[in-house]
Amino acid sequence: MRNLIRYIITRTLMTIPMVFILLTIIFVVLRLMPGDPVSSMLGGHAPERVIEQKREELGLNRPMTVQYVDYIWKICHLDLGDSMVLQQKVTDAIAEKLPATIELTTFGMLITIVLGVFLGAYAADKRRQARDSAIRLYGIVIYCIPVYWLGLMLQLIFGVWFDWLPIAGRTGARVFTSDFENTGFYIIDTLLVWDLESLKDVLIHLILPSFTLGLTLSGIFVRLTRANMLDVLKADYILAAEARGISHTNIVYRHALKNAFIPILTMMGLQVALLMAGAILTETTFSWPGMGRLLLERIYLRDYPMIQGVIIVFALIVAFISLLVDIIYAIVDPRIRY
Amino acid sequence: MYDEEHILRIEDLKVEFPISIGTVRAVNGVDLELVRGEVMGLVGESGCGKSTLGFSILRLLRPPGRISGGRIIYNGHDIVQMGQEELLALRGSKIAMIFQDPLTSLNPLFSIGEHFVETLRAHEKGISKKDALERSEKVLESLGIAGERLREYPHQMSGGMRQRIMIGLALILNPDLLIADEPTTALDVIVEAQFLDLLDDLRKQYNLTIILITHNLGNVAQLADRITVMYGGTIAEVGPAQSIFDEPLHPYTQGLLASIPNIKLDQPELKTMPGSPPDLVDPPAGCVFHPRCPYVMDICTKERPPVFARNGHRMSCWLYR
Repeated sequence: MRNLIRYIITRTLMTIPMVFILLTIIFVVLRLMPGDPVSSMLGGHAPERVIEQKREELGLNRPMTVQYVDYIWKICHLDLGDSMVLQQKVTDAIAEKLPATIELTTFGMLITIVLGVFLGAYAADKRRQARDSAIRLYGIVIYCIPVYWLGLMLQLIFGVWFDWLPIAGRTGARVFTSDFENTGFYIIDTLLVWDLESLKDVLIHLILPSFTLGLTLSGIFVRLTRANMLDVLKADYILAAEARGISHTNIVYRHALKNAFIPILTMMGLQVALLMAGAILTETTFSWPGMGRLLLERIYLRDYPMIQGVIIVFALIVAFISLLVDIIYAIVDPRIRY
Repeated sequence: MYDEEHILRIEDLKVEFPISIGTVRAVNGVDLELVRGEVMGLVGESGCGKSTLGFSILRLLRPPGRISGGRIIYNGHDIVQMGQEELLALRGSKIAMIFQDPLTSLNPLFSIGEHFVETLRAHEKGISKKDALERSEKVLESLGIAGERLREYPHQMSGGMRQRIMIGLALILNPDLLIADEPTTALDVIVEAQFLDLLDDLRKQYNLTIILITHNLGNVAQLADRITVMYGGTIAEVGPAQSIFDEPLHPYTQGLLASIPNIKLDQPELKTMPGSPPDLVDPPAGCVFHPRCPYVMDICTKERPPVFARNGHRMSCWLYR
């Protein structure tokens, strides 16, 4: 236990240099891109004097090293700065959008795991049968489909043709009052005031985006789980369990799946980055007011501090999840000790 | 059908593995009877079908392996014809099996206790976890392992301990037949000797019938009442253990025993058997052993020998016609 705590602390400390390296790269790359916040705000035809004045106001006229040191100094004080385009603090904007993204990615990941892992395990159990082939085909096809295309198709089928589900936004026309919104996680908020009508509204808005995200990532898990299960099912302890009269279902979904789960867990940790990238595309497709759309909008506007802030948060999420995966390892596998 | 003396009767058992180049006839017409309470040593070289025979008894053959003919009568019931439900009830509770490698026979993610509880619950519906653990503790302690080790995981145990745990798992439901498939191959000689002693004690304590599958003739010499020698998927010779060692009749048994180093004899060179085990996809015509047999006769290459009896042995060999 003490070792685990030490491990967590070390890993957490290690994310600090990671964030700084990442920040430096983004800082430089953003400023190498053509255009800057001033020209995107004022357009190409503003008088030279106005542009200069605005640049000075934002501190963009200073040498890049000075700007960099200034920014890092602020980061060290946990200040992500102000938007260069709109009158808002970066942290406020992120705090507003982050819950939407977490809600989407959590449900997306849940769908990925349930669908991917169980379909994969089922396919391994029924190997070389028609059901196995069908699941493998699903895995490879869904893996190849781009997120936004799948999103558009789901919108077309379930939103337009059948008209069952909403295709955009987090809520319907219902207006949330300010005291209603406590955490920004609408599911939690609606539960807190026990407004089940609104909860239902929130959930049906979540269905298409989270399925879009979840289905796309499930392909790789189907294939990975199936391959691992086939390996594990050959193990001696599976045969030994069979010889003790343990039922087939127990052997496949308890003995084998638990063992096959370890590499799957690794993949989950690695896929978080892909999940975030998928979230950006999904949010754009479904007008989901989250971090992904915030990032995309601000890239167009060259809002340097906002882009940097959003990317730091994404990086921290990825780092946090991979730490979480490492901790879960130790829980699942008694052989792993930190 | 019920046969008081014989706990298990195998009749003309055939097991085949269809592979790309043909069909491996791993067990090709085996007849064997097990007397209640005896230890039957099943010996032969690698690939002779002894393990396959053991696995067939519990219907544990991995696909594409399948029983293609014959009967396995256990207490009057034919195991070959059993449905899935009957098989599950049979495995572990009536007929138990332990395996070659105790290091890999326990699920690394499950504690020893979980293995026991799961096994008990599979056969005794409704047994509480507490009762199950108590019973497991007693069994473990009778095997010389402290009860609190139920909480531990397989990787925290030594090889000998794990094999004793496998035995505990096999015996907790009081089966009457134990199939031990090379149980000591993965153990060092000292642990091996201890384990065989333990097996001998348990057999009396639990009134067990044991099939001891091994290629180590020393093991069977120590434990077995009778010995079955297998060659090329068929039974070469069956007889009382002592008599098999003293007076082997089948040329293969003779060759096998001659190839064991003996410390009492002054042998400048160890005898070996010429040739190699038969190709089971396309076995030799007549007697499977004839290409390697020093006494090969004309009939051996043409007709498969039936079973002949002599001196309390039964062998498939034309020499004893």
